[in-house]
Amino acid sequence: MAEIRVQNLRKAFGAFVAVQDSNFVVEDGEFFVMLGPSGCGKTTTLRMIAGLELPTGGKILLGGDDVTMRRARERDIAFVFQLFALYPHMNVRKNIGFPLLAQGMPAAEIRSRVEETARLLRIDHLLDKSVSGLAGGDRQRVALGRAIVRRPKCFLMDEPLGTLDTEFRDLMVHELRELHNRIHATTVYVTHDQMEAMSMADKIAVMNHGVIEQFGTPREIYDRPATMFVADFIGSPPMNFLKFGGGLAKGAKEIVVQGAKVAVPEVREDIAPADMALGIRPEHIRFDDGSKLRGAIYGTEYLGTTQIVAVETADGIIKARVPAGIHLSPGEQVGLTLSSTRLSLFEKGSGRAVRTAMHDQAAEARHG
Amino acid sequence: MSLTTAHSVVAPSANSKRIAGVIIVAYALISIVPLLWIFATSFKTPPDSIAYPPKLVFQPSLEGYCNLFTTRTRQTPEYINSLGPATGLCDATVRKRNMVIAGPSNFLPRFVNSLIIAFGSTFCAVFLGTLSAYGFSRFKVPLADDLLFFILSTRFMPPIAVAIPIYLMYRELGLSDTALGMILLYTAVNVSLAVWLLKGFIDEIPREYEEAAMIDGYTRLQAFWRTVLPQATTGIAATAIFCLIFAWNEYAFAALLTSGTAQTAPPFIPTIIGEGGQDWPAVAAGTTIFLVPILVFTILLRKQLLRGITFGAVRK
Repeated sequence: MAEIRVQNLRKAFGAFVAVQDSNFVVEDGEFFVMLGPSGCGKTTTLRMIAGLELPTGGKILLGGDDVTMRRARERDIAFVFQLFALYPHMNVRKNIGFPLLAQGMPAAEIRSRVEETARLLRIDHLLDKSVSGLAGGDRQRVALGRAIVRRPKCFLMDEPLGTLDTEFRDLMVHELRELHNRIHATTVYVTHDQMEAMSMADKIAVMNHGVIEQFGTPREIYDRPATMFVADFIGSPPMNFLKFGGGLAKGAKEIVVQGAKVAVPEVREDIAPADMALGIRPEHIRFDDGSKLRGAIYGTEYLGTTQIVAVETADGIIKARVPAGIHLSPGEQVGLTLSSTRLSLFEKGSGRAVRTAMHDQAAEARHG
Repeated sequence: MSLTTAHSVVAPSANSKRIAGVIIVAYALISIVPLLWIFATSFKTPPDSIAYPPKLVFQPSLEGYCNLFTTRTRQTPEYINSLGPATGLCDATVRKRNMVIAGPSNFLPRFVNSLIIAFGSTFCAVFLGTLSAYGFSRFKVPLADDLLFFILSTRFMPPIAVAIPIYLMYRELGLSDTALGMILLYTAVNVSLAVWLLKGFIDEIPREYEEAAMIDGYTRLQAFWRTVLPQATTGIAATAIFCLIFAWNEYAFAALLTSGTAQTAPPFIPTIIGEGGQDWPAVAAGTTIFLVPILVFTILLRKQLLRGITFGAVRK
């Protein structure tokens, strides 16, 4: 196992820049997820780490070795493809043993290693079956088996659950994380599915247009999004934005939104007057008739324990997650109270989050 | 194979199935009549073969096959009677026509030439075609589209249109009437078909397979050999049949460029007619034997051939 260090990694296809100066470190044994919409450069980054694409610039270090220009087969990594890439002309046993065969391992040893791996993944009863008859989940397990059988430096996975149906996917998310907890393999996992990312990752990099927008733990990314893109991409429904104007002074604890004063975490930097946005997670909104920030109920979406309520305000619709027990009818006027310690402030032009007490508290908590 | 899977949303009715069946059987019969005629003629005696009205029922004879494989000389009955007893079936058969066997005919060596040239050129065309198709399919080849168009353009005219330049070139190069020359020629004609057909098949194989193999420690060539080739067998077999049928049946170039040692069966068979009258049973026997290799090859690979023909018409 090894750490992966990516430095100023860049990839251009002609005029199109797929990956722009990426920097991140995946620590040894970490489960790292690259998350972003399709075309954001996450798969290209993964393929460069694998050696299937060569970077236009930058460096990739694998366990301290510079492998940037090395061939895929010389990197000692394993890759799980979205479509599994199981060889249809070989049975399960041969598929899993295929990487060992390349190393010239004796047949008896291949056999025992393959069987050990199959037991680990609970597919030992399938070893002599043809891969074409397997169910989606089992195909996935065989693909994983082929990856772990060699005990490589790290695992790279490109949307490996993308083609499974929901039922299997939830199961495999659980299994993958469990497997990772057992073997502690450094893993880079690419997905566009935030639920997969949030439930499996130790660290997440959110990418957009070839740029890493934020790198951090799932909690950091959800609670303190670094950009409006991240805030909007993560969460279902995503973060609400209410616009407000004017600058911010260091130490400010209050802003004015739609004529109502809203308490926010203490601002820790000066911001020149510009278009700003207040970011609120749906679960940080409560209904309170005393509040000056008002809207009309537009519709509700019942989810069992909670409900998502769309409220039409002067600045468009915002969504709140409230207990399912509250009865609301469309058109009803409600006041909105926002949970003051959990709000994010963004500069609308750059999309960047304004530094507030929320960030400092998090930093203190981490270091203290 | 029914077209309905691809085009129709309702199952065909029993009636339309019956009509389709009748049409298919009728077409098959019409197609097979000439073959049956040749097959029957090969077992007729020369007089039976030109009898009018044609004999549908006749006493089968191997005279055609005997004549095909031998050269014979006419002798007087007295001389034939002075010989010892006939040494075999063919000997006995030709003696009835006041002839004796002088030696083997050229049919067998010509047939062997056909085998060498057709299978040799098929192997070369498929080998080159597979590698080129793989290259065009997987790599960024400069001017790939133009090159592919150029390769295809060699089929824009019938190959025989360039017969005279090739004849002159071959004479200069000493390739006239050599097996090598014919293999090169048929390879050149077939390789464009092979590249285009195989590119289609290889494009269909996801490149993840080779990428997986290369990550797992194989070189590109090993990955190609172990993951792409096994999955391309259908396409390779279909392509091989098309190439083989062309090379096996080709007449015009063979007649022009081969006359002796490298002559193939197609230009040889008609020459039988000239040797001692119009020996239709011998011609038919030659044709029947000539059909066998392609028939066997096609039957062995018929599934691939079907897929090769319908390639691209039905999505998996």
